[in-house]
Amino acid sequence: MTPLSPPPAPVRLPHERPLRVGPVSWLLRLRSAVIALVLLAAVALTTALSMRIGDIPMTLAEVVQAITDDGPDHFVVMELRLPRALTGALVGAALALAGAITQAIARNPLASPDILGVTSGASVAVVAAIVAAGSAHGGPSGALAQLGIPLLAVAGGLAGALIVYLLAWRRGLDGYRLVLVGIGVTAVFTNVKYWLLTLGDVNDSSRAMVWISGSLNGRGWEHVHPTALALAVLVPPALLGTRSLGALRFGDDTVTGLGVRTNLARGLMILAAVLLAAVATASAGPIAFVALAAPQIALRLAGVAQPPLLVSALAGAFLTSAADLVARTLFSPVELPVGVITAVLGAPYLIYLLVRARREARS
Amino acid sequence: MRLQAVDVRLGYGDRIIVDGLDLGIEAGTVTTIIGPNGCGKSTLLRALGRLLKPAGGEVLLDGKRIDRMPTKEVAKVLGVLPQAPTAPEGLTVADLVARGRHPHQTWYRQWSSDDESAVSEALSMTGLLDLGERPLDELSGGQRQRAWISMALAQGTDLLLLDEPTTFLDLAHQVEVLELVRRLHGELGRTVVMVLHDLNLAARYADRLVAMRGGKVIAAGTPAEVLTESLLSEVFDLDAKVIEDPVAGTPLVVPIGVRH
Repeated sequence: MTPLSPPPAPVRLPHERPLRVGPVSWLLRLRSAVIALVLLAAVALTTALSMRIGDIPMTLAEVVQAITDDGPDHFVVMELRLPRALTGALVGAALALAGAITQAIARNPLASPDILGVTSGASVAVVAAIVAAGSAHGGPSGALAQLGIPLLAVAGGLAGALIVYLLAWRRGLDGYRLVLVGIGVTAVFTNVKYWLLTLGDVNDSSRAMVWISGSLNGRGWEHVHPTALALAVLVPPALLGTRSLGALRFGDDTVTGLGVRTNLARGLMILAAVLLAAVATASAGPIAFVALAAPQIALRLAGVAQPPLLVSALAGAFLTSAADLVARTLFSPVELPVGVITAVLGAPYLIYLLVRARREARS
Repeated sequence: MRLQAVDVRLGYGDRIIVDGLDLGIEAGTVTTIIGPNGCGKSTLLRALGRLLKPAGGEVLLDGKRIDRMPTKEVAKVLGVLPQAPTAPEGLTVADLVARGRHPHQTWYRQWSSDDESAVSEALSMTGLLDLGERPLDELSGGQRQRAWISMALAQGTDLLLLDEPTTFLDLAHQVEVLELVRRLHGELGRTVVMVLHDLNLAARYADRLVAMRGGKVIAAGTPAEVLTESLLSEVFDLDAKVIEDPVAGTPLVVPIGVRH
């Protein structure tokens, strides 16, 4: 293209700085990078604290020694505290990532994997299993509790998502329609869940309630591995989809005109969100609020318009690990489900950020 | 022929709006589609820009079926500005126009110097270079429309489809946008297809007019060939005198009244 006038000064993007090496060029958001590093450090700090705090308090030196030693302390750190802390961080990251993707696709900050039918579908499946197996067979135990519940949660979550997807599809996928259908399906699932709870034996129902609230109690390496694997498989393609996700915020005609296969890109990103949310729910139950709040907290911290995927994941990891630390120490030895604390911690902080943003907008 | 609709059948679901329509767009021309509301002109433009898949027939870009070409490759040749486009909240002008470079980017080439110069040239052509860091929501209607046109320009395609690029604009800004289209065509040899409502501006700024009614092309040709008193009556049910535009020499429509 020949310029009509002398070439103007290069335009600057307000939030990003280019980083160019030969034909390769990247856009760098300095503030996002700094926030990501700070959050990563915060996650490391809470993990370290989780190693120290508990029924047997340890100093950091004792923790380090326990890792190499072969004694009761080794068991406490390596088999109880570390896998639990890691599960919390990984589950939080997965939920937040799923939430960030869902909010971008739905073009709605109130969207979360809950409206994709994942968490409510998983809840129905698990509650049904606990209630059905409970009175007849003396409760879920052994292989059923270890493997059966997580597998059921994944299956129920995927089935719930499939129902929402099929009902929402109409010559393409519209974010607004997805939200409406998702809310409807979730309401039905939620009521089925409560109906099942009233049917069940009191003990089974209360056991199911703990799962429904989302708990990291007793989580071991068998929960760390699948969640870590899911994240390792799903995070790279999700990050590659960031650019499409950015384009998908525009109207469908604009996005298609820019050469994005709109329905394919949207479908793949939703699939990633569904799988992440399903795996996280299978590991720790439907932990409330992380998927909703972490992306919104992340985008306000990073000062961008769309939930940034990586920063959201780190914010989710931090929110969940900090919440679990509080959940198991606040009223020790009584332990609260982590889902209760994520809501109690996350909600006021999100409200604070919203109020501050309003003040800034006014001034 | 750059862009061609062959026997296309267009509609939404069961509602067919255009049936059995043929249209060819020559390289290096400015073609304007005119017609009453609901005649299918936007639908036709969406099909030409592969935003709407024909229920029958085919759309050819440089002789190849557009729906069988990779959409990203199409986006390097053909830019579309949809009617009343929407942008996410809080977006700045520079962010919007930079988005036009999407088809030229990959995850490892996110912002090349080509991207940068294409965006600044697009902004300077529409006179928005100083407004790059302003949020889109703070602009006037005319500035916002120019920002969207800049985005289409930054895409760097030699084919541009513009759906009512002058809506919401006052007359001066309409003329400004159409002068820009004229320059794109005259100085850069771009091929432009647009939908316009103002017949006099259409006559002045287009090489070819396509008049549609009820999903059919009623007439196509130079403005002088198309804008006749009998055609205005046939297409718009409008009684009008057509005189010579004292400035450009093109046909000028002076309405008398609507036939009932």
